[in-house]
Amino acid sequence: MLSDRKTGSWRGFVRVAGLLSPIIAVAAALLVGGIVVLAIGESPIRIYSILFRGAFGSVDSVGYVLFNACPLIFTGLAVAFAFRAGLFNIGGEGQLYVGSFACAWVGLRLGGVPAALAVPALVLVSAAGGAAWAAIPGYLKAKFGVHEVINTIMLNFIAVGLTSYLVINLLKEPGQMTPQTAEIAVSGQLPRLAGALQSVGIPLPDANPLNASFLIALGAVWLAWFILRRTTLGYEIRAVGHNASAAEYAGINVRRTLVLAMMISGAFAGLVASNEVMGFRHRYLDNFSSQIGFMGIAVALLGKNTPVGVLLAALLFGVLNTGALEVDVFTDVPRELILVLQAVTIILVVAVNEVLTRRLREREAATPAVPAKETS
Amino acid sequence: MSDPVAIEMRGITKRYPRVTANDGVDLSVRTGEIHAIIGENGAGKSTLMKVLYGLVAPDSGEMILSGAPFRPSGPRDAIRAGIGMVHQHFMLVDTLSVAENVILGDEPRRGYLLVDSDASRRRVEDLSRDYGLELDPDEKIENLSVGLEQRVEIVKVLYRGASILVLDEPTGVLTPSEVRDLFNILRALRESGRTIVFITHKLDEVLELADRITVMRDGKVTGVVDAASTTEAELAHMMVGREVLLRVSKSPAAPGDTVLDVRGLTVMGRKRTEAVKDVSLRICSGEILGIAGVQGNGQTELVEAVTGLREAAGGTITLCGRDITSLSPRRVRDSRVAHIPEDRQERGLVLSFTVAENLVFGRHHLRPNSSRGILDSRQVEQRARELIDENDLRPGDPDALAASLSGGNQQKLIVARELDGRPALLVASQPTRGVDVGAIEFVHRSLIALRDAGAAVLLVSAELTEIMALSDRIAVMYGGEVVAEFDGGGVTEDELGLLMTGGGHGDGAPVAAASPVDSDGGSPAGTADPDGGRVTC
Repeated sequence: MLSDRKTGSWRGFVRVAGLLSPIIAVAAALLVGGIVVLAIGESPIRIYSILFRGAFGSVDSVGYVLFNACPLIFTGLAVAFAFRAGLFNIGGEGQLYVGSFACAWVGLRLGGVPAALAVPALVLVSAAGGAAWAAIPGYLKAKFGVHEVINTIMLNFIAVGLTSYLVINLLKEPGQMTPQTAEIAVSGQLPRLAGALQSVGIPLPDANPLNASFLIALGAVWLAWFILRRTTLGYEIRAVGHNASAAEYAGINVRRTLVLAMMISGAFAGLVASNEVMGFRHRYLDNFSSQIGFMGIAVALLGKNTPVGVLLAALLFGVLNTGALEVDVFTDVPRELILVLQAVTIILVVAVNEVLTRRLREREAATPAVPAKETS
Repeated sequence: MSDPVAIEMRGITKRYPRVTANDGVDLSVRTGEIHAIIGENGAGKSTLMKVLYGLVAPDSGEMILSGAPFRPSGPRDAIRAGIGMVHQHFMLVDTLSVAENVILGDEPRRGYLLVDSDASRRRVEDLSRDYGLELDPDEKIENLSVGLEQRVEIVKVLYRGASILVLDEPTGVLTPSEVRDLFNILRALRESGRTIVFITHKLDEVLELADRITVMRDGKVTGVVDAASTTEAELAHMMVGREVLLRVSKSPAAPGDTVLDVRGLTVMGRKRTEAVKDVSLRICSGEILGIAGVQGNGQTELVEAVTGLREAAGGTITLCGRDITSLSPRRVRDSRVAHIPEDRQERGLVLSFTVAENLVFGRHHLRPNSSRGILDSRQVEQRARELIDENDLRPGDPDALAASLSGGNQQKLIVARELDGRPALLVASQPTRGVDVGAIEFVHRSLIALRDAGAAVLLVSAELTEIMALSDRIAVMYGGEVVAEFDGGGVTEDELGLLMTGGGHGDGAPVAAASPVDSDGGSPAGTADPDGGRVTC
C-alpha cells in the first residue's frame, strides 16, 4: 500500500501548509510593524517586548487577553460559520447589537427568577436576537437571491439606529446622562472568574473583568465544530457552501439550509451579549461594540473559517489589543500602530494563503489522479 | 524539401510530486499523417502535448522538429515553429465575429493603428473555402454551434501558419454528423500536406481517421501501430493492460410491472419555452429504455422533471403507481429513484468532500448514515470502505478528496453510490461521458446488473453505440418530442441518426408504442415477484 502512504503524507503536508500560512503571515506582519516602528524612530525590540509584557506580564494581563478575545470568538464564529454555507455575513455588528439589546431588555425583567433559570434564558434570548436579525438577510437571499452582503450592511445601520433610539427613549436609566439601561437582574449576571481561579491557586485579581462568558465562548467553539462536522445539518450546510447545484441534486433543501446557516451564524454573534451585557457591564450601553462585529471578519479570515482557528485567531487579537494599551501608556508609539499591525496581519494572511493554496492547487492540477498502480 | 519526420520526441520524462506523468516517452509523427495518441484519462497524453507546445518543461528528453532540435520556452516558440493547438475548451470571445477572433493577437494592420478588417475577412474566407469549413467571417461567435466554434479554432491555428495541428479530444463535444464533418476537414488538411496529431480515447474514431496510433498507459508508450492492421480489442488491451469487454453481453429483457409511467409531460426550459412537449413514456421493471437524441432536444429537462429537479408544466409522472409529479428532489429520491446526472462535477459530486462523504450524498439523512440529525461518521466510513472494495474505486482511501479522483473514478463513485440505494428506477444521463474505456465497461455492466435485478432504467445518451448496446427499447427525442420508439434490435444506427436530426420526422415514422410489455389491461403495479432478491416496486 505504498501509494496510500504517499497520499497520506501528502495530505499531511497540505494540512501543515494550511496551518503554516497564518503563522507566516503573523511573523511577516510583526516584521512590517517593526519597520514602521523603526520609521518613527523607536526600537522595534523595545516596543514588542513592551507589547508582549503587556499581554503576558502578569496573571492580570493574561486575564485581560482572554477577556478581550471573548467577544471576538463569538463574532469570528459567526463569520466563519456562515462562510461554510457560502454566505458572507458581515452583519455581525448589527446582530450582536440586537442580541445584546434583547438580552438586556429581558434581563431587566427577570427580578426574582433564580440564576439557574435566568442565565440560560438570557443566553438563549441573546442567541435568538442575533438569529432573528440574521434571518432577514438569509430569507431575502434564499427567497429572492438578494445578495447577503448588501443586506447585512444595511441591517447593521438599522440595528445601530434602532437600539440607540430604544435605549435613549425607552430604557434609559432614570437620572443618568449616559445612554445606557439600568443593571439587569442580579440572577441574570454571569460571575467573574477571579474567585474560582483564586480558589485553585491562580491569583487573578478581583477587579479583572474576565467572566464566565469565556466558558460560553469555548462551548460555542465546540458547538460550531460539532454542528459542522457531526450533524446532518452541518453536512448539508457544507454541501450547499461548496456546490449548491449538487446539493439540490442530492435532495437538500438549499433555501432552507441557507436561512438556517445564517440564523446559526447570527446566534453566535448575538452571544456577544453574554460577555458585554451579562458578564461585564451588566447593562446595555449604547454603541458599546467598537467594531467587534467587523473584527470578526478578520478573526475568521485569520482562523481560516474553522472553529479552532477562530479561537486561536481571537486569542492573538486579544494579545495585540491588550498589549497595545501598555504600548500606549509607556511609549511614544501611538496605540493606533497596533491597529496597523492587525490590518497588516489580515492582508498578509489573505495574500500568503492565496499564494500557498494556488501553489498547492497547481501541483494538484498537474497530478490529477493518484497513479492507479497495482499494489502487491 | 520537408523532412519525412515532423515530430520526434525522445525519452520525454516529466515527474510531478505524486506521479510520473511521462516516463521516457518516445513519439514519432511522420509529416503529412494523421497520428492518434490514445490512452485512458491520466495516461499522460495531455502532458506530452503540453511538453510539445512549450507549456510544460520536461525533466529530461529531447525533441526534434522537422530535423532541427526544438526547445520551446513557451507556446510562442511552438507557434513560431508551426505547431497549432486546438484545445478541448475553446478560447473564443463570444461577442466578436469569426474574423475578429481569428486575427486576435495577430491582426493585419493598415497603417500603424488600424486593423485591416477587409484583409482579415478575406483570409478567413480563403481558409474556410480551401478546407470546406463553411464559415461566415462576419457571424458572431455566440450564434455558432459547438461544431462551428471548433472550426473557428482550426482556422485560428491555420491563420498563424501551423503545419502541425494538435487536437485535444476534439470529438467529445460534437454530434455524430459534426464528427463526420470534422473528419472530412482533417482529411482535407492532410491532403494539403499538414501533419495532424489527434488525442482521444474513442477507439472507433481512431480506426476510422488515423494513419498510425501511439497508445499510452500510466505515462508510458505501450504500443505504436498502423491503424489498418489493428482492432478495437487490441487497442483496448494496450490501453487498459487487460482484456476489456467492449460490448456488454446481456440477456433478453424480462420486463415486469410498470415502474415509471410518464403521461403527457410538458416541461418548460430555461428560455421559458416548452423544452419537453407532451411526452409519454413507460418503463417496466427489468427493462432499459434508451433515449437517443442530439443534446438540447429536451432530454435534460425530461430527466430533471422525472427526478424532481424541475417542475412539470403539465402531465403526470407515476412511479410504481404513485404520483410523483413535482415532488421535491428529496421526496423523489426517497421513493427509490436514483440519478446519475449528466454533469458529474456540477451536480453529482461535492469535489471538496471526501470519497466517504460523497458516497452517502443524497442518503446522508437516512438511517443508518444519520439518526436524529447526527451523522454517524463511523458508519459512513465503514460503508465507504465496502463500496470502495466492491467497486474497485481508486485511490482506495475513504478520506481522499473527490477532486483528487480521475474522471473515470469520479463517475464510478457516483454509479456505486446511486446503485447502493437499491433503486426501483435509475435515471442515467450521459453516464459514460468523458470517461475511459475501463470505466465505461464498469458503468455498462452496472446498468445491466441493475436491470437484471429488476430495476427500471431510463438511459439518456448522446452516444448512439451506447444506446444501441444497452437499451431494450429505444425512444428518439427531437425538438422536445418523442418522435419514434423501437424495440432494441429493431432499428439501425443510421435510422436513429436520421430521426435524431429531424429527418424522417413527419413522413410517417412509426411512433411504435409497441412496448414488449403485456398490454392486457394494465394491471396495477406491486404484484409480488416470483423470484426473490429482485428489486421492484
